[in-house]
Amino acid sequence: MTDVVLPTTVGRSRRRYPASLLVGAVGLAVIVLLAVLGPVLWGTSAASGSGQLRAGPSAEHWFGTDAQGRDVLARTLVATRLTIVMGVVATALAVGLGGLVGAVLVLSGNRVRWLGARAIDLWLALPPIIVALAITAIFRPGAVTVVVAIGIAFSPQFARLTNNLASSVGGKDFVVTAHLLGVPAPTVLARHIVPNIASPVLVLTSVCLATSIVTMSGLSFIGLGVQPPAIDWGQLLASGLRDIYQNPAGALAPSIAIVLTGLSASLLGDGLVAFSEPRRAQVRSRRADQGSPSATSLTGEEQSAATSAGDDVALHIEDLHVQTANAPEGQMLVGGVSLTVATGEIVGLVGESGSGKSITAMTAAQLLPSELGWRAKALSVAGHPIDPRQAPPSSMALDCGVVFQDPSSCFNPARRLGAQLTETIRVHRKVSRREAERLALDKLREARVSEPERRLRQYPHELSGGMRQRAMIAMALITTPKLLIADEPTTALDVTVQADVLRLIKQINHDHDMGVLLISHDIDVVASMCDRVYVMHQGGILEHLTSAQLRRGEVTQPYTRRLLEASASTALKNTVHVTSTIRGGS
Amino acid sequence: MSDVASDVRTEEPASQPPATAKAGEPKGRHASRDATGLWLRYLLGRLGGLVGIVVALLAITFLLIQFVPGDPARNIVGVTATQEQVDMVSDRLGLNDPFLLQAWNYVSGFVRGDLGNSFVNQQPIVELIAQRLPITASVALGGLMVVLLIGFPVGVAVAFAGRRGGRTALSGTYNVAAGLAGALPEYITGTVLVIVFALSLGWLPAQGGVGLEGLILPCIAVGLAPAAAISRVVRGETRAVLGQEYILTARSKRISSGRLLVGHVLPNVATSALTLGGIILVALLGGTVIVENVFNIPGLGTQIVQSILSSDYPAIQGIILTLGLLAAMVNMAIDILLGILDPRVLTTKGLSR
Repeated sequence: MTDVVLPTTVGRSRRRYPASLLVGAVGLAVIVLLAVLGPVLWGTSAASGSGQLRAGPSAEHWFGTDAQGRDVLARTLVATRLTIVMGVVATALAVGLGGLVGAVLVLSGNRVRWLGARAIDLWLALPPIIVALAITAIFRPGAVTVVVAIGIAFSPQFARLTNNLASSVGGKDFVVTAHLLGVPAPTVLARHIVPNIASPVLVLTSVCLATSIVTMSGLSFIGLGVQPPAIDWGQLLASGLRDIYQNPAGALAPSIAIVLTGLSASLLGDGLVAFSEPRRAQVRSRRADQGSPSATSLTGEEQSAATSAGDDVALHIEDLHVQTANAPEGQMLVGGVSLTVATGEIVGLVGESGSGKSITAMTAAQLLPSELGWRAKALSVAGHPIDPRQAPPSSMALDCGVVFQDPSSCFNPARRLGAQLTETIRVHRKVSRREAERLALDKLREARVSEPERRLRQYPHELSGGMRQRAMIAMALITTPKLLIADEPTTALDVTVQADVLRLIKQINHDHDMGVLLISHDIDVVASMCDRVYVMHQGGILEHLTSAQLRRGEVTQPYTRRLLEASASTALKNTVHVTSTIRGGS
Repeated sequence: MSDVASDVRTEEPASQPPATAKAGEPKGRHASRDATGLWLRYLLGRLGGLVGIVVALLAITFLLIQFVPGDPARNIVGVTATQEQVDMVSDRLGLNDPFLLQAWNYVSGFVRGDLGNSFVNQQPIVELIAQRLPITASVALGGLMVVLLIGFPVGVAVAFAGRRGGRTALSGTYNVAAGLAGALPEYITGTVLVIVFALSLGWLPAQGGVGLEGLILPCIAVGLAPAAAISRVVRGETRAVLGQEYILTARSKRISSGRLLVGHVLPNVATSALTLGGIILVALLGGTVIVENVFNIPGLGTQIVQSILSSDYPAIQGIILTLGLLAAMVNMAIDILLGILDPRVLTTKGLSR
């Protein structure tokens, strides 16, 4: 699939046609035109032989002549018609036959459907060419046989696609809703199901067209397809190969024709995929839409909460800006953020999604995606300054532990927990395997993971979500870092487990005198856990409070007040009173 | 097995584990027994699939001769033969026996390892296959080497190189090259290779199958397009894996790029690429059949063409059976490899399918 780079000013322009779609469609159109006109225009020159047999390329014969002195190029152009007609008919056969089988399966009972699906799987396990060979062996070799053979050989793909799509679309919410609203079945089929299965079927059809033309040409090439005097590209290629010592170019003309046709059809397929899945492009343009003005206007309101960076400072950020890289006027995602986390302190970073709190945290952890660049007056972790122009210092590995949001996706699914937990110390402290495992066990116990010995041998999917998050915390703790960055550590967990994990973080913070930066969208969690809280909004820090202030509801910003009001805790809500005058709107 | 259709259904690679263990899990010593149980079920499931394919192949090849329009015996001996000759061939094929007896004879012959004799030279089919299978297998294996040694590393390298900006030039060149190479049918690659390396440069023989030198061009011809295809799959999977959160976790350990690649990216790419790679490998078998004809290699591919043209039905049946079994075995090997690489498939694919 080709990446279409969208300009920032996409705005409300309609969907763009991917280049591959256009090139493929134009290529196929030219080929179809040749199929129609070929025999008319070059029919006579393809049939009439000149005196030169098997001559090489010349001005008169661009690709030379064949064994009877006929022009190879003219014959290739004439052969377009039969090749394309065969390809289209075989594809139509595959779509029709496969669609029919698929539809029958969809409509029949569960048991028949199950059996049918297994039979299709079996059928698909055989290479199509073998199926085609078997069918060619039954009926004598020839054009019609090959078309039937390829049609049958490729049909199970369509049967399976129809079966899978119909059942997956049939169970979708919008279809169920339509049923519940009493929309008649044919309308549901026409309005909701067909449009949703049309694009995958179209894509598979264009892929099938490409493969069927290529495969049929292959069968003709080995002598089992089109029989002389009829000609298609595969058969021309075979005769070109026979004369290859006299006129190598004779084999090239049909080769180029086959490749260009196959390429056009598969480009069309790629283009259709890109066109029918515009979601990625839309997301990009939406991101591009949220402009920098809001971020820059906030920098005026930012609160300077910077304290001087000393030994007891786990994290120090001063005037941080993060923007999309590779562009001179990249989008500003975070503008002018300053914050500190002292050792032994839990600092909350709260805000709605998209407020820049995770980006700020990932900058602190030096884990920004490559598309983002940052600059700051100062950024240091555990007293080690970090320079945006240089690779993060190696001390980061030991100074900074990170706990991510979703424990189900943060462990490598293909490796055992033991290997993952011990990796950091094995790499950076050169600790022996046994020593590393002993340390990992300590940390697992500290994180109150049950049966720690067994966990080391297990794969992540064998643990429950809560256990996995505890193991994640144990992994972040293995170096006893000075700074722990916890990015929404409880969001993906059950409510009952959330409190446990939060208590655990608090305990660790207390036991190791560790600085914790806790990112959350839940202002209640932050209020109960943290010593101090930064409220982020639209890429800037809106307010900086002690959690006591927050709990008392002594907030100055209407946005923070709304966050408090929106929180589930009624106890907090009741205590909210705004200390400053409310300026309407924001 | 996946096919083109699975490209259409967008499946999330390295997806969420299907079932999370419950709080009250069995104790440690039970875990290993669970694992063997899972493996047993998994292998039984695969074996069931293999048996299914063998049955299907036997049915297809047996019915093949029944479906021949007109008299198969007449096709074998030709239009000029006398009726006595036709009857004799008919007898030898057992076509005059009752249908069920024919089926029984066919299946029991297969079990005994007797696939009949060729009508062209009276050679036992099993012997014919034994002669030609190693040649076909070596071409296919050589093609597989091309796929693994070129396709896989290129895909990973392009994705990995593109993970930090400045990727447009590289990925553009790659897209064009892989798209073009992937669109080249094996027989055309073979023809072009013959023109360039055998005729123009004279480095390698145009005639294949003669010693190791004769295998180089056929193997490249067989492997090039699948290598391009698999490199695209691998590249897509690698990109997807690089975007996964556990890569961020791994990066938070500040390990070297090499360690990140070998320890965290490749194990996950291997499983998902192998799943899709299965069809590519099976397709490679089909490509071998055709490519043998470009280089005149005396393997099963050239043999089946001759046999079809001369209506040598026992040979056709035997070769199709062999090729089908080979494909089934490739599929099974891949499934087992998948189970070793990614234990999660043991639970998801268990006995079903």
